Amino acid sequence: MGSNAAAILAFLILTNTFMKRTLTAEDIAAGVERLAVAIREKNPDQPIALVGIRSRGDEVAERVLTLLSSEDRELSFGVLDISLYRDDFEHLRENPSIQESQISFPVEGAHIILVDDVLFTGRTIRAALDALSDYGRPAKVELAVLIDRGHREMPIQPDYVGIVLDTCRLDHVLVSLEGTDGMDQIQVVEKEKP
Amino acid sequence: MARKDLLDIISLSREEIEHLLDQSIPFKELFTRSVKKVPALKGKSVLTLFYEPSTRTHSSFEVAAKRLSADVTNFDVAQSSITKGESVRETVETLQAMRTDYIIVRHSRSGLPSMIARQTKASVINAGDGSHAHPTQALLDAFTIKEKFPDPTGKRVLIIGDILHSRVARSTSTILKKIGVDVAFLGPGSLVPMTGPEGIRRFTDYKEAMAWKPDFVYLLRVQMERQDAQFFPSLREYHRLYGITDARLADIRDRGLYLMHPGPVNRGVELCDAVMDYERSLINDQVENGIAVRMAVLYWLKPGNGAE
Repeated sequence: MGSNAAAILAFLILTNTFMKRTLTAEDIAAGVERLAVAIREKNPDQPIALVGIRSRGDEVAERVLTLLSSEDRELSFGVLDISLYRDDFEHLRENPSIQESQISFPVEGAHIILVDDVLFTGRTIRAALDALSDYGRPAKVELAVLIDRGHREMPIQPDYVGIVLDTCRLDHVLVSLEGTDGMDQIQVVEKEKP
Repeated sequence: MARKDLLDIISLSREEIEHLLDQSIPFKELFTRSVKKVPALKGKSVLTLFYEPSTRTHSSFEVAAKRLSADVTNFDVAQSSITKGESVRETVETLQAMRTDYIIVRHSRSGLPSMIARQTKASVINAGDGSHAHPTQALLDAFTIKEKFPDPTGKRVLIIGDILHSRVARSTSTILKKIGVDVAFLGPGSLVPMTGPEGIRRFTDYKEAMAWKPDFVYLLRVQMERQDAQFFPSLREYHRLYGITDARLADIRDRGLYLMHPGPVNRGVELCDAVMDYERSLINDQVENGIAVRMAVLYWLKPGNGAE
């Protein structure tokens, strides 16, 4: 057994978890492709702006952008950090570090597609909508997610989905992406009930 | 790890300083948006308690707190019960009862903010105490320097003026040394302490100081209100010996030096009028950066994190 595998095993034992499912780089590529196709079909030739939510939503957005960029249409790209718009500061011992948002196109009147890696409770998207509206008033905002794992706590639904994952409320969905984590992989890890 | 209070620079680690300076960048980015406000401190209350006059620092903190959506109350010291003999301790107890989350305090007595910090669950930020410390000024100065040189290691800053009475000189020189910047002092012998932190060059002659080849000249305000004894013969002589005169400005321009000042400027004392149009003056950058840095500080501190 390699030391890496031993480390993973130790992690699983220590944290009372075990792997339910693993998705590969091919699954992720297919999911991104599905997003690009759906966005293309629904919005032929219209100018659109993809805005990725930090962290990893920006990387998903970049990949979708690459697939769309072969077409003759106006594409804009932006990155949003939503830390300052969270609704759980009271429960944090330490406020999350924030990074710069990069929205260099005019938001006013734009057709924006928000992009994130995992859609879970919907709270991140709520925060992202608030953050976006402080840059201006878009004509339209849609939502694209690489993974929809269910268990919403807010009335928010995606317009484009790459992969639907059936999960339990307490499961962890661990997303690794090449640019952020050095490899493409998605793991669903179950947390045992105490 | 978040802290409850910000009282001085000396107790901050290099990592904490770098964290605060890094975090100030995204806050500054907010100023370019159509809406400059974020909801991070919505529902929190910030109280300013200024026992000494201040326009810039006070309004900078107020703008910073409001841009984080906090509610700001100015405890108007001149009109309050303090003039009726209420002690600082009683005032702080009153503020505690009001459930204030952050107290921003300035006082002429060194150490008073840390005394208040021990008595309250609120986060206390020192906005200047006597000749002791002015940590947010130091952070904004370091941030302004790093905007020009992202890696400021080995850059040289010459601080000119009344070093002895200056909390700005004390805090700013401390932070600059912590981030690897070389610091030297220049001023009349009566106002440049011979003891103090190691590794700071001391000059009394302008030409000698320039031969040290600084990258920044940082002029301190001559604090008229603290000149209870005669430390130099006259303001005119001070300007001639240590001020930025028209001739020195030409020299500074030739050398391409950046110029900083914590404000407010005594024109004709530290600086001649022409400095206001100097293209490498960072005085307005300092004002703008002050808001971003103070937002980062407010966002970083966590009130009620147990006893200090």
